[in-house]
Amino acid sequence: MAVSNVTFYERVEEALHDRQLQTALDISTTRFTTGRKNALAALPEAEALRDHARRIRAHTIAHLDRYLAQFADAVEQTGGQVHWAETAAEANHIVANLALSRNVKNVVKSKSMVSEELHLNQTLEAHGMRVVETDLGEYIAQLAEEKPSHIIAPVIHKTREDVANLFRRKLQATDEDLTDVPHMTALARRVLRNEFLQADMGVSGCNFAVAETGSICLVTNEGNGRLTTTTPRLHVALMGMERLVPTMEDLGVMLQILARSATGQKTSVYTNIITGPRRTAAGQPVEPDGPDELHVVIIDNGRSQILGSELAEILYCIRCGACLNACPVYQQIGGHAYNSVYQGPVGSVVTPGLYGLDPWHELPQASTLCGACREVCPVRINIPRMLLKLRSEAVEAGLNPGWLKWSLGLYRQAVVRPSKYHFGSQLTSWISQKVADNGWIKNLPGPLSGWTDHRDFPALAKKSFSQRWREERNQ
Amino acid sequence: MTTDIKTVQLFVTCLVDKFFPETGLAVVDILEELGLTVEFPLAQTCCGQPAFNAGFWDDARAMARYTIDVLAPSDAPIVIPSGSCGDMIIHHYVDLLADDPDYAAQARAVSARTYEFTQFLVDVLGVTDLHSTATGCIAYHASCHGLRGLGLKTQPRQLLDQVAGIEPKDLPGSEECCGFGGLFAVKMSQISGAILQRKLDNIEASGADTITGTDVSCLMHIAGGLRRRGSTINVKHIAEILRER
Ligand code: SF4
Repeated sequence: MAVSNVTFYERVEEALHDRQLQTALDISTTRFTTGRKNALAALPEAEALRDHARRIRAHTIAHLDRYLAQFADAVEQTGGQVHWAETAAEANHIVANLALSRNVKNVVKSKSMVSEELHLNQTLEAHGMRVVETDLGEYIAQLAEEKPSHIIAPVIHKTREDVANLFRRKLQATDEDLTDVPHMTALARRVLRNEFLQADMGVSGCNFAVAETGSICLVTNEGNGRLTTTTPRLHVALMGMERLVPTMEDLGVMLQILARSATGQKTSVYTNIITGPRRTAAGQPVEPDGPDELHVVIIDNGRSQILGSELAEILYCIRCGACLNACPVYQQIGGHAYNSVYQGPVGSVVTPGLYGLDPWHELPQASTLCGACREVCPVRINIPRMLLKLRSEAVEAGLNPGWLKWSLGLYRQAVVRPSKYHFGSQLTSWISQKVADNGWIKNLPGPLSGWTDHRDFPALAKKSFSQRWREERNQ
Repeated sequence: MTTDIKTVQLFVTCLVDKFFPETGLAVVDILEELGLTVEFPLAQTCCGQPAFNAGFWDDARAMARYTIDVLAPSDAPIVIPSGSCGDMIIHHYVDLLADDPDYAAQARAVSARTYEFTQFLVDVLGVTDLHSTATGCIAYHASCHGLRGLGLKTQPRQLLDQVAGIEPKDLPGSEECCGFGGLFAVKMSQISGAILQRKLDNIEASGADTITGTDVSCLMHIAGGLRRRGSTINVKHIAEILRER
């Protein structure tokens, strides 16, 4: 994955000063977090359900090889074909070859995070195909030539006015088309309807794959997933290799918790369970619709690496986005600052896990470790623990500024030698009292100035607690 | 008080020791008034959390071993006026030293007898009414590590509910992070500062004249922000309010 030249800090600065983004983030993260809270509160068994969901994911990830094999067999039995891709390049190659060999010109896509990992659109476009995103949010991002900024709400960063202007420019929308949100969606719907009818290949993601039946489950709120996977003659489902659940019953558990955690809905508007391509008998279709061919591309792209590491638990993730909405850092900087397909707390673990820590070492640092992510995660992933683990790996790899290493080393020396420690702090107390105004310091030197850029810093007490204890109790 | 606990060991934390001794003194007053003997091992320094959170785990281990040694001479309950240092000792020591043949068992033993201050009062001693009388409109900020690390959801509020003379105020988003995050506040100060501003807006909107909580670290962050804004809202550790008579 490409790392841009603009630094993380520059993107953060930009996001923090983007008024419109701040408003959009405020509104949408509040709406999602409140929605989630209410939806779970209305479900008496919510906590037990989360435990159950976690057990299912933990069990699946622990036995991933077995369930992958079972799933692949089941897909083939229903008449679908399975392809294995170890890398993004392999996956792109597989999809491009499928499309080229079947003379595909027009591609429609429903939402797929893994396709963002692959940069599949560019690959297909380079082969002369037209690729249209059909999830409304993704479609808007595509029209704006921007990347999604939230894993479930791709254009969370945009306001209605932004979208109206975009539609005016790109879709020649009239004033009437832009009267209100229903009119705007009606316009997108008209445009996309045509795309569905023209398309020869539909590319979908996969929210869950069911090992026992070989089914792909897609949840959407717009019905575009259903059209993408039934209208074109060819359906290619892209699936991260960890997306499995063992049984239909397990799927039921996950579905109860996914929409509630993601948007606060009891269930998504459309839940599709796709088992095989359109059925035929004696060469004739016996089902009213469905694609002639179904291909499932199972993609590793770094996941095995995560599986074998201390970050394996992050593979339990069901991509609900709740941790993004709840994260105080995400709430401030939005998704683009992360510059990754996966943003927020989950992204800060998954991204270095998939692509290596070195280019992404700021992400695990971008957290207060407040634990809000862990609290809302439907499968209770201990994200803070993994951020800490990544920070320790960053130290081992020498990815920290020298001053930090040096000063913490010095601090450690003092901490384990109380006389040094107390002497050092007495000295610091004396200095800090000298420079403080009424007990507070306005400017700290060097790297510590970050603190006083935003708040005052207290001077050390003239007499520490231990000094007073010693004096008052004659010890 | 219905326990047979007679003595507690106080681990006061480096911040209380060096910056906010009043908080430590208030904790001692309260514990002694409850008839407990407070032991204060003078060699104590810092639990090592700053190094641990920054990823410097070897340094953190050295500090953890040191602190365990300091606390070893007694087996009394350890009381800490901080949810985050409590979380460090209760949860992270055990993990950090799990493979250390000399310290793994000790880390578990220390963890098992460590309590955050309000947790100790309410859950261990079963005390909520300290016969305190204070004044002012008080809002409570729930610090993250206490709240989500140690499950301090109700204890501080139960204690505050019993304080006579105060007017409790609701703090909007009281369970949201203040943006401190230890070295995060320095390394990513612009994000930390932005999170803090939201907290301060909520504090100012609450109508409180005093903000309280269980962690001086977050309170120091909030107080520094309020001062920078020129606000006159007071910031006090919960022990200082509970001690008032
Ligand atoms: S880590 Fe948990 S909360 Fe975050 S997206 Fe994944 S499942 Fe949802």
